[in-house]
Amino acid sequence: MASLRPGEANLGTTIMAVEFDGGVVVGADSRTTTGAYIANRVTDKLTKVHDHIYCCRSGSAADTQAVADIVKYHLDMYSSQHGEAPTVKVAASLFQEICYQNKNNLSAGIIVAGWDARDGASVYEIPLGGSIHRQTFAIGGSGSTYIYGYCDKVFRVGMTKEQCVEFVKNSVSLAMTRDGSSGGVVRLAVITKDNVERIFVPGNMLPEQYLG
Amino acid sequence: MAPQIEPSAGFKFDNVKRNQLLGDKGYKLPTATKTGTTIVGLIYKDGLVLGADTRATAGPIVADKNCEKIHYLAPNMYCCGAGTAADTEFTTNMISSQLALHSLNTGREPRVVAAMTMLKQHLFKYHGHIGAALVLGGYDSTGPHLFTVYPHGSTDKLPYVTMGSGSLAAMSVFESRWQPGMSREEAVEMVKDAIEAGIFNDLGSGSNVDVCVITKGNVEYLRNYARPNERVEKEQSYRFRQGVTEFYAPRAARRGQDTAEMDTSA
Repeated sequence: MASLRPGEANLGTTIMAVEFDGGVVVGADSRTTTGAYIANRVTDKLTKVHDHIYCCRSGSAADTQAVADIVKYHLDMYSSQHGEAPTVKVAASLFQEICYQNKNNLSAGIIVAGWDARDGASVYEIPLGGSIHRQTFAIGGSGSTYIYGYCDKVFRVGMTKEQCVEFVKNSVSLAMTRDGSSGGVVRLAVITKDNVERIFVPGNMLPEQYLG
Repeated sequence: MAPQIEPSAGFKFDNVKRNQLLGDKGYKLPTATKTGTTIVGLIYKDGLVLGADTRATAGPIVADKNCEKIHYLAPNMYCCGAGTAADTEFTTNMISSQLALHSLNTGREPRVVAAMTMLKQHLFKYHGHIGAALVLGGYDSTGPHLFTVYPHGSTDKLPYVTMGSGSLAAMSVFESRWQPGMSREEAVEMVKDAIEAGIFNDLGSGSNVDVCVITKGNVEYLRNYARPNERVEKEQSYRFRQGVTEFYAPRAARRGQDTAEMDTSA
């Protein structure tokens, strides 16, 4: 399996996505590192691959950007040739195909989330080996290890949009404070049938928590 | 019949393992000229400013005291290069030529995102073996754009950026003083200060400051905008008096020169 090469930009990351009735909330921290140096403190790790489908990127910045660009290209071709938007499943399967076939050369952990007319809101996780898992909520990146317990405890089926936004904001911000490779600001996107709303939470406006 | 030889695209990695083994066993592998560098870019009110130092190094030796690190890409686009000097030179040259053809084909001025995409796809293909770390800046139909491109092919879009070994020194200047909507004078001054921070505090950077100001429909390339390391006049003369160097008389005599007899027994 590919490990990070020296000098490679790394998305030591916290990423997350949650389904709710009618849409999904995706969230991420904003830190990109090269070794001990923060190369970008306001990175946008939520990448649009189609009108209502986003991916959350973790792992190598170069690898995940390249994969997302390829998927974006294929989805654009798909929608122009079929005359309709691709489903989230199609997008996730494309990611999986690329991640699995090139598993020895890539370090990319990706969450795909969005809304489509067939399945409604859906979240797919594609971890390092290139497997695919549909989930009601997914967390990923190095920071996610710190919040598995919190997320399992707090998550409730059937949360509203607002509750999901709070859930993601709280979880990501908890991970950011415990994981050295995560930090900066919290970026969110609320994807629904009608639109995509981007939310930005500055580093000094994060939810209150115990800071020792 | 001539044998058919398939042209191969990109590098061949056949010898990578062998070279690694030779390297591990102590064989000294050849090294390329690296530009320990400070390069920066920043967006201001009417456009953007690029900056670079002018030192090129080969190991501990300063290979060039006044090299050019701000490369031309297109009439509205320039690119600062750090890393392996040859790689930044050839990569920018190649993308520049592709951009020229592209704008001839489309009849439009090339966009900065186009250059950025071409650079990242090229570098990604070579797995980071092309050691080009770039700061790409330009002004197109959609406004000013500033990107960093890493050797592995990842890119960032930011209002102010630094790269190279002096990037930390330069970033400390930007982080403490940058604000949105600065004037041209403020921007150029800050880029100069950022590069000078690299020149003075980073061993890999040195000599002069090159600056490039890109605005809508205009580029100002200010070569050696600041020269903070001018050699001052010597306080003393270190010339030797004539006739103090010992030499063997017979050899000088053979050349038929007018020589004075000297005592060479000392």
